[in-house]
Amino acid sequence: MSSLESFRQETREWLEENCPESMRSPMTNVENDQCWGGRKWTFKSEDQKLWMERMGAKGWTAPDWPKEYGGGGLNKEELKVLKSELARIRARSPLDSFGIWMIGPALLKFGSEALKQQHLPPIVRGEIRWCQGYSEPGAGSDLAGLQSKAVDMGDHFIANGQKVWTSYGDKADWMFCLLRTDPDAKKQMGISLVLFDMETPGVTPKPIKLISGSSPFCETFLDDVRVEKDQVVGEVNQGWTIAKYLLTHEREMIGGFGISAAGSKTLGALAAETVGTTNGRLDDLFLRTDIAKWEIDAASFAFTAERVTDEVKSGSGVGATSAMLKYYGTELNKRRFEHLVKINGSNSMIWEGEVSKNGWLPKTWLRTKGNSIEGGTSEVQLNIIAKNILGLG
Amino acid sequence: MALVLNEEQQMLKESAQGFLAEHAPIAELRAQRDAGSETGYSSTLWNQMVNMGWAAILVPEEYGGLAFGHVGMAQIVEQSGRTLTASPLFSTAVLGVTAISLAGNEKQKTELLSGIAAGEITMALAVDEKIHHSPTQTAMRAEKKGDSYLLSGVKRYVVDGSTADKLIVVTRTAGTPGEMKGISLFVVDRTAEGVTVERTQMVDGRNAAIISFTNVEVGLDALLGEQDRGFRTLSATLDAGNAHLAAELLGIAQESFDRTLQYMKERKQFGAFIGSFQALQHRASHWWSEIELCKSVVLKALQSIDEGDVKSPALASIAKAKLCEVAELSTNEAIQLHGGIGMTDEYEIGFFIKRARPAQALFGDYNYHADRYALICGY
Repeated sequence: MSSLESFRQETREWLEENCPESMRSPMTNVENDQCWGGRKWTFKSEDQKLWMERMGAKGWTAPDWPKEYGGGGLNKEELKVLKSELARIRARSPLDSFGIWMIGPALLKFGSEALKQQHLPPIVRGEIRWCQGYSEPGAGSDLAGLQSKAVDMGDHFIANGQKVWTSYGDKADWMFCLLRTDPDAKKQMGISLVLFDMETPGVTPKPIKLISGSSPFCETFLDDVRVEKDQVVGEVNQGWTIAKYLLTHEREMIGGFGISAAGSKTLGALAAETVGTTNGRLDDLFLRTDIAKWEIDAASFAFTAERVTDEVKSGSGVGATSAMLKYYGTELNKRRFEHLVKINGSNSMIWEGEVSKNGWLPKTWLRTKGNSIEGGTSEVQLNIIAKNILGLG
Repeated sequence: MALVLNEEQQMLKESAQGFLAEHAPIAELRAQRDAGSETGYSSTLWNQMVNMGWAAILVPEEYGGLAFGHVGMAQIVEQSGRTLTASPLFSTAVLGVTAISLAGNEKQKTELLSGIAAGEITMALAVDEKIHHSPTQTAMRAEKKGDSYLLSGVKRYVVDGSTADKLIVVTRTAGTPGEMKGISLFVVDRTAEGVTVERTQMVDGRNAAIISFTNVEVGLDALLGEQDRGFRTLSATLDAGNAHLAAELLGIAQESFDRTLQYMKERKQFGAFIGSFQALQHRASHWWSEIELCKSVVLKALQSIDEGDVKSPALASIAKAKLCEVAELSTNEAIQLHGGIGMTDEYEIGFFIKRARPAQALFGDYNYHADRYALICGY
């Protein structure tokens, strides 16, 4: 047996033994069933806790991170095997985490050895939940125009200012935050990426209620917050490079929306149930046209994500960039929900109650409007494509 | 299968790119058009293509072919979209070879496939009868009479119909228009008695014939595949044809884009390159994104045909539909962003729209394929 086959065998056995039964079905309500971990986390069930802890201890919440930082240490082939074995038993994600998705990879690439040792293992184990302090009231698309500052006090910094659109800022334990450390330098040159505990005196997150009714974001006020010198990632005043790296990462994540949509029940099948068909065609011919156009675009987009991945693997071609995937994927997702709303007619607008699963559709539909804003607007993505790929100045 | 070209396919793509750019640039198309070419293509060029083995790419090895597959062939077709090269490649080496490989008997394969591979035979597919593509609506009759069939009817928009040696004619031997059952395919000599060919000069400078059949008598051996059951072969041939048309449209879209992007970096107005204006940058970025999707969906459709995947009809329709949309966007944007010069016959950018539209309409436009895809998906 090859080592990869024996790895598959061991993985299968380990999962059989360690993945609780109730964690082996797709999430019925993502918002309710997701596990984010952290100091303030209340597990939804004993199984959820067990699943996160066992996977965390094994390092498989971050399977491709090095073992010395708590990760799984898997190579690409082993990672593929693990993913396929998890999919085989329809296992839920044990831990969703901005630590794993964002600051972890940034620390691995740019962080000092001490920072990696300090922060990575608790991320893997789901003990510390992270949030991102990027945007400010006056710095949205023009992120490099941020004004919140950290003043050098000798052995530490003192930070003041206001952050906004901090994802789950009220539930997070630590923040990775962009602050201006040199007010005289050119825009991008005076920014540093720093880390601090949300419990530090002077840090105040306040939830923002969205048009969708939920509050996944906060505005976070910083009043004389003490930031330790050893909590700067990379060099002081060199934070913009890391910020750009993280933004690329974020774009790839958000761009994934369109892809996952392509996998679920088709809009055509849903519409056939609600509006009916005659001779195999939907009775609402305008809706049918819109849906067909969407399905054609969504399929083409899914193949593009596939092609980009394959091109990276084979080392051929430049591949479409994350800016394009982010732009197209989020616009597709918005279109998808506009179609879903039409498919479900007036039922789509029921905000509460059993019949609408507590307003799942109207709330999710409204939430998608933010997809083409967060992580860089569609217009910013088009700017990036024009500048970086097409060479238009 | 990974959604990337393998090394051999990549090499063929590059050699096609080099050859067509040198021997068949748009200037060649202009020369053919201005000279009022009888055939719409250069036979010298076609001979060179045959010598390079391009006519044999889809032909199985036992009939003198290369069996290199649709992904490989489409690399040439895509490049011929960039250079707007007219040749019998599509009608003969894609449609003809596909239909005969699928349904031909041993004698037909030996004679026709070997002939095509050697460059001795050209073919054309005569399917449409009305102004919109609709193969099930075939009304042209073929009546069996003793040891022969009698064919009567009119076919339109037969690409290469005025030059091809042999025609694959889609007829009805049973049933009524609208039904899939009762369709039969025949291989008929273009010069057979009772066949009248009228050449139609199209906007792309190529020919598409109106062919009338008046009691054309053919032997039983002219039947391609089984009587009454030709729709399957036809459908699969059209899927391959549409995947290749999508590849050609991809070449057209990319070349229109590349030339326009270059122009945006050269043309100055208001004291600045027009490519520095955000309104135009966003249009270019969106356009580029659409072409990225096109590259993926075309390759996916071609791979599925090579693999004999059951999803290939759906994928061929997705690919053709998407490319119809983006080729239309591309050729329209190309003219608009070039401004006045884009409207002149002297400048080459205006040639792309004139090839794109006939290629879009051939074997079904966006609407046809969106409808077909939706029906396949059950809505």
